[in-house]
Amino acid sequence: MSFSRINYYLRTLSPYMLFLNSALFSYSALGQPGIITGNEFNPAISVILDGRYTGYNDAFELPGFQLGGEAGIAEKGFGLGHSEVTLSANVDDLFYGYTALAVIEEEGATVLELEESYLETLMLGSGVTVKFGKFFSHIGYLNAIHDHAHDFTDVPLVYSSMVGNHLTDTGLQVRWVAPVDLYWESGIEITRGAGFPGGENEDNNNGLAVFSKLGGDLSISTSWLAGVSAYRSEFEERDGGHAHGHDGDEETHGAEYTNGEVDLYSIDFVFKWAPNGNAKQSYFKGQFEYFVREDNATVTLEEGADAFSSTYNGDLVGFYLQGTYQFTPGWRLGVRYDNIEPDNNFSNNNEAGIDFDEFLEDTELGADEAITRVSTMIDFSRSEFSRLRLQVNRVDNGETKDTQVMLQYLMSLGSHGAHKF
Amino acid sequence: MKYQNLFLSTLVAGLWLYGSAAQAVIKVFACEPEWASLTEELAGEHADVFQATTAFQDPHHIDARPSLIAKMRRADLVVCNGADLEVGWLPLLIRSAGNNKIQPGTDGYFEAAMQVDRLDVPTSLDRSDGDVHAAGNPHVHLDPRRVLVIASKLASRLALIDPANKKHYENNRNQFESKINAMLSALRNATEAIAGKSYVVYHNDWSYLFDWLQLKSHTTIESKPGIPPSSRDLKRLLAAVKGQSISGIILAEYQSDRAAKWLSKKSGIPVIKLPYTVGGDDKSIDLVSLYRNSLERLSENK
Repeated sequence: MSFSRINYYLRTLSPYMLFLNSALFSYSALGQPGIITGNEFNPAISVILDGRYTGYNDAFELPGFQLGGEAGIAEKGFGLGHSEVTLSANVDDLFYGYTALAVIEEEGATVLELEESYLETLMLGSGVTVKFGKFFSHIGYLNAIHDHAHDFTDVPLVYSSMVGNHLTDTGLQVRWVAPVDLYWESGIEITRGAGFPGGENEDNNNGLAVFSKLGGDLSISTSWLAGVSAYRSEFEERDGGHAHGHDGDEETHGAEYTNGEVDLYSIDFVFKWAPNGNAKQSYFKGQFEYFVREDNATVTLEEGADAFSSTYNGDLVGFYLQGTYQFTPGWRLGVRYDNIEPDNNFSNNNEAGIDFDEFLEDTELGADEAITRVSTMIDFSRSEFSRLRLQVNRVDNGETKDTQVMLQYLMSLGSHGAHKF
Repeated sequence: MKYQNLFLSTLVAGLWLYGSAAQAVIKVFACEPEWASLTEELAGEHADVFQATTAFQDPHHIDARPSLIAKMRRADLVVCNGADLEVGWLPLLIRSAGNNKIQPGTDGYFEAAMQVDRLDVPTSLDRSDGDVHAAGNPHVHLDPRRVLVIASKLASRLALIDPANKKHYENNRNQFESKINAMLSALRNATEAIAGKSYVVYHNDWSYLFDWLQLKSHTTIESKPGIPPSSRDLKRLLAAVKGQSISGIILAEYQSDRAAKWLSKKSGIPVIKLPYTVGGDDKSIDLVSLYRNSLERLSENK
């Protein structure tokens, strides 16, 4: 007697037998007992492999800027960037979850870093989305985009000097898309305020960011996006020097900023053109961002028993302008110009064994010249999942001029990446 | 007195605006021209259909650009191809728009290709085979028989979202079905005349057209899905088509014709540019004319 015949009898017997019936039926259909594997609901997994060869003469220094976050340049010679593992999925009908872990090798040690880990609401409606957890702030254009999706190997100087590559923090974000034909999104983020350029604070709720973005299409071929953002934090303590640079530069400048506040403002503009809107063949992308950061804090330098302290007011400004052109499928050329300029002011100097000039020399905060960098890159993608890139930077930091060469591979394994504008 | 008039006319204008807003029109976000066209056939004046891409764009390579997020924000229904075709941009758009009506799994989310059985479902998944789709070949719209199934599912979905006009959607679906059936019988002689013929295609997005017309795909110009051919691939391709009885090299308007023209010049096989979707040429203004027009172009080169 065949299974389908049994199936027929079972079905006619009683509705109570239906459960057994379906169990038997699926048994016969599969030809093997049902095994609970628990892995049918795997999240989308992607792994980014990032390897480089980097050549330069001078260590990464931006005189006049206190570096923080991940600002720096890759170690000389062969090295790995962020090997990133991303897991994401809808948790249920209400929530979406995302985690990005980066594994970093620096100075012989392997460091595991939680880049982002957050939940996002799906069903609030009315254009409202709430994000909760650790995330890249949505200020600026590039801040929320992971490095491997940038068009250059290193981040623009405004990002390395002012937000330590990315403004990242833990907190809450509420954003709202307005019900209008033009894209108009506004949002607010309340965070610990601990991510650079913020610092340690007792209540872990001192960071506040707001942003608003407008965008649309000019024609079938041309789209644009413009944004304004602001960030503010008050901190009790912010360490100076390289907090987490990957350049192996062990010289930290040791200045400590206490009881300070920081205000950051930025505008960004992105423009994309593709013939007939078909970016597969060729496209051009232009982008521009301008940042201003104002710091007010007490700065202290201690060397043994000697110390210097002062009231610090800093005005940091900078911008970058870049263009990327895909001239044939798989091949892109890019040019970027960076310009950042410090303006540091000190008053109420208290010299206790270290005088003002010595302080300026040790911390390099006396520098007031603009730092410029011109970068050119060419990259090749065999598919959407691989990229090989050669980039050459010409840096003039006001004190020295240097040429940096970077050869990079970026490989994406697993789930398909998002085509973010 | 003057102000009274102003007040009254404002009130009347306000009521009129309110009235027209209350006359529900479903806002539809259609990812591709074929699904925009089908939705328009079925919903008529009851839907305001936005078409996210044109026939000249590769629907796989679209950015989640700002204007699309703005449209997604206000959509009542998303009608997309699905089966991973829009995997690079649709999920991102939906997550960015903050719209709870069109989340996957809700009534406002409709994937056309998932309503029918698909061809070329891979038995193993490996990216060394190119950009393969786990759910099978997603380009289902060039088979009118499958589109009829999708039309009936979509009409039910429209009725679910807007029950007041259920009859209307049902009628439009019946009309669409008669139009397709009339076309199929009118074209019977033409389809029989080309059945069994062999073609070179650029990308495997013609599988469903071939399935309908019983044509054979000899080779693809792309060495692997999504990967443009190298000059070595082209030489191999030329060797493979030489001396074979091949009726044409088929490619879509949005695909690069460089490789196809080279192969055509070397082998003498004609290049046949097909509209691929609604709006792909001047004559293909809806699905019925798209099918008729595609068949005409194929018949010209038999």
